[in-house]
Amino acid sequence: MAFYRPAAWQKPLSLALLCALLALPTGLEALGQEFYIGFATRVLIFALAATSLNLVLGFGGMVSLGHAAFFGTGAYVAAICEQAGIAEALLAFPLAMAAAGLLALAVGAISLRTRGVYFIMITLAFAQMAYYLFVSARAWGGDDGLSLSRRMTLAGFSLASDTALFFAALAALTATMLLFGRLADARFGRALQAIRENETRMEALGYPVFRYRLVAFALGGALAGLAGALLANQTGLASPGLLQWTQSGTLLVMVIIGGVGYLYGGVVGAVVLLMLEETLVGFTEHWHIVLGLLLLGVVLFAPRGVAALFGKRHG
Amino acid sequence: MTQLLLEQALNGLQFGLMLFLLAAGLTLVFGIMDCINLAHGSLYMVGAYFVAAAAQAADSFWIGLGAGVAAAAVLGLLLEVALFRRLYQRDHLSQVLATFALILIANEAVRLIWGPAPLMLNPPESLAGPVEIGNFFYPAYRLVIIAFGVAVAALLYLLVAKSRVGMWVRAGAANREMTEALGINVRALFTAVFVFGAALCALAGGLLGPLLAVQVGMGESVLILAFVVIIIGGIGSIRGALVGSLIVGTVDTLGRALLPTLLRAILPADAASTLGPALASILIYLLMAGILFFKPQGLFPSRA
Amino acid sequence: MPLRLTALATALMFAGSALAADRIKVGFVSTLSGPGAGLGVDIRDGFNLAMKQMGGKLGGIPTEVIIADDQQKPEVAQQISEKFLKKDKVDLMTGIVFSNIMLAVGPAVFESKTFYISANAGPSQYAGEQCNPFFFNVAWQNDNLHEAVGKVVQDKGFKNVVIVTPNYPGGKDAVSGFKRYYQGKVAEEVYTKLGQLDYAAELAQIRSIKPDALFFFLPGGMGINFVKQFVAAGLSRDTQLFAPGFSADEDVIKAVGAPMMGMFNSSHWAHDMENAENKRFVAEFEKEYKRLPSLYASQGYDAALMMDAAVRDVKGKVEDKAALQKALEAKRFKSVRGDFRFNSNHYPVQNYYLRVIGKDGEGRITNRTMGTIFTNHADAYVAQCKMK
Repeated sequence: MAFYRPAAWQKPLSLALLCALLALPTGLEALGQEFYIGFATRVLIFALAATSLNLVLGFGGMVSLGHAAFFGTGAYVAAICEQAGIAEALLAFPLAMAAAGLLALAVGAISLRTRGVYFIMITLAFAQMAYYLFVSARAWGGDDGLSLSRRMTLAGFSLASDTALFFAALAALTATMLLFGRLADARFGRALQAIRENETRMEALGYPVFRYRLVAFALGGALAGLAGALLANQTGLASPGLLQWTQSGTLLVMVIIGGVGYLYGGVVGAVVLLMLEETLVGFTEHWHIVLGLLLLGVVLFAPRGVAALFGKRHG
Repeated sequence: MTQLLLEQALNGLQFGLMLFLLAAGLTLVFGIMDCINLAHGSLYMVGAYFVAAAAQAADSFWIGLGAGVAAAAVLGLLLEVALFRRLYQRDHLSQVLATFALILIANEAVRLIWGPAPLMLNPPESLAGPVEIGNFFYPAYRLVIIAFGVAVAALLYLLVAKSRVGMWVRAGAANREMTEALGINVRALFTAVFVFGAALCALAGGLLGPLLAVQVGMGESVLILAFVVIIIGGIGSIRGALVGSLIVGTVDTLGRALLPTLLRAILPADAASTLGPALASILIYLLMAGILFFKPQGLFPSRA
Repeated sequence: MPLRLTALATALMFAGSALAADRIKVGFVSTLSGPGAGLGVDIRDGFNLAMKQMGGKLGGIPTEVIIADDQQKPEVAQQISEKFLKKDKVDLMTGIVFSNIMLAVGPAVFESKTFYISANAGPSQYAGEQCNPFFFNVAWQNDNLHEAVGKVVQDKGFKNVVIVTPNYPGGKDAVSGFKRYYQGKVAEEVYTKLGQLDYAAELAQIRSIKPDALFFFLPGGMGINFVKQFVAAGLSRDTQLFAPGFSADEDVIKAVGAPMMGMFNSSHWAHDMENAENKRFVAEFEKEYKRLPSLYASQGYDAALMMDAAVRDVKGKVEDKAALQKALEAKRFKSVRGDFRFNSNHYPVQNYYLRVIGKDGEGRITNRTMGTIFTNHADAYVAQCKMK
């Protein structure tokens, strides 16, 4: 069994990283690079989305091509709330999470009864259904998506400034990583990984395999919804493109590059991917080729991803 | 009204048969090599580009079609030997990721070589007009597509059901290890299947090029439909691919055509026109879910 | 000590504002890929031609034009726009083809007090209630060309018309514009998906309605496919096609060819217009790009000329927003379409002409101007705009 066990220096490293991130906006402003605060926020949001998928895929072993549906639902619910006058994030974000989580619960309840490639295809199908649903609803912007006229407030503080939103995203990600860390160590996390490794044995041992998987799937969906709500605020737009299967693919890529089944796999993957995009775009508009080759390389030669170089999975 | 239905039915048939060209290759690769190939849509796109480029160079649609399909077959061969061979033994996730990477590379490479704007591909002059069917006109070119689709279906039936190679293919889909143990050169078989699938993709892309557009990303949307088809039809079954694609083609086309009319009784015009196609699309997935509920392995499972 | 520093700092501040900008930055975001690519490429080529003729300078000041592709996706356009505004800190923006993308990008651009000179998208929202001092349209308001076609169809006496248009703000503007002047019966309003390429289902439906005229607005690749399929389905025998200039210009003609002959369309510009600026533009464009310009190219060209004139007027001090706005409103440049002026909502008041597709003197299939439909025509939304 290959359970995730963090390296000894992970906790101090994460702490140092957190401190650095807290100081980032001020630092960027001093350098006159305010634009990158928005970029950093985007990285945090995708790190959150990728981490939520990591829970489902890395720890739960479920290859879901439908995760974008929950990501997009969170964004749309946030936009709908703002349109309906609910401008307080402490109300809207939990609503987004609940909507995404419930959708994930429903999708999971049906999909998890299938196995292997059928599971992959059914999750894909559900994501497409969600996409068509949102795209066809004219009240929600149709093909153009739903705009937010302004950013929300968090406990009264406006998120209109890039720095404020950055901290909100950082808070969400930190909370998620703390939760994730506790889960991974707790019985739930261990059982989930054990199910991933050997489902038959766990069933024989009497574990409610379906329920564990479903909970992980729904929780992953809810967290993706939170990321979606944050993204809607950042870009000011909930677009149907967020729900497409290609978006699921992108999240999948982040998790793989970062390291499937490693606590920080999603975070590392998001950072690597988005920074790669930002740097490469300056050199060539065809940077997707580089990304594709990198991904191929990872799959063929380093299937455990970047984080594998730093963490350990013990047998 | 019957004329309208007839015309829409022909449209559905045309769409379904083109889907079949894609689904046939996909189901074989999936069924025999147990390999999820998300880049199947990219083979369709690259095939279409090859045909368009060749047709422009030779100033002839038919030469372009032949040359393009041949080029795509060669590309398929290279891909199989260089990459896909390594993926057969890997888990589904690795296959998903590797082929997703291929999609990224293919889209960008096509953009690099031919530019971001779509390529023009015109049908042959003689087929650009309508043909009289009964008391209405139907585009000649679409009839030709239907003819191609039927021909390929017939060819595949003969190949798979009546030839020795087809027997190997069916055996490989049912039980790979046993087939190998019986001394069949499975490796060569796999390569042949993959190359054939790539050629079919290119044929579909080249035939549809004049109707749609040869552009970057044209494979992604049709790929999902192809997967839905093979799930409905049963992985590894050509017959299932044909039945599945005809069902999907007809449901999608008739749905897109009839639902807006039905909905217009209740909703305003533009709402009905958006909801109609959307519902028709969702209908296909509901259909897939429904079929899987009763027959979890699809309509014609090849594996016992 | 502090006083001297303050004095120095203040002096530097004023010195800075007294100097003109040493470099102008223009953010050009447009649809350069996908079925709508032809339009964006034309606008870009027209814009670049003007820049080349002006030596890469606007108002005599070296200009950097940053070009980006929005892939016809609002979220991509927004990201590009954010980069233009916050990272590159552009002085002017232009380029967007589709109105839905314009509406998504607009708010952030206006909030940052950056002037947007639209070389194509002319949504009714920005002409009426949401009009904004930072938005200028050098082309037309979306409805205008459709209004012109509506009048032509009405005058020609057609009674049973089908409308085909994509389901997006530009499409809806097309329908309302057409119906403002066409008073007859609209048998059916067919809304297609933006980017849709296969019209078999819609054509079958149209065939069952048997209209005597069909008005369609399908820009770019959509129109190309529609016309080809329309003719292939044999519908052109019984139904006369009408379209705004968008769906009947060089890009579509080149792709479709002979089947388009005889099609009527409306436009504010045609390449056979006789004024000196246009003759020069068409000749240079043909020499540079080996093809005839479309109306999109003329709009991109005019956008550059407009920026040039305004920057020259404010002597390069583009930070002075009020002065720049006045300079833009004054329209001190000679457009290739002839004379026009800006309305209070920053949209043009101009003539609209009837064109027909036929063979020109050199035997090429192209548009020929036939007459004037509207003179000094303003858009229908200006009354709702609160700007004076």
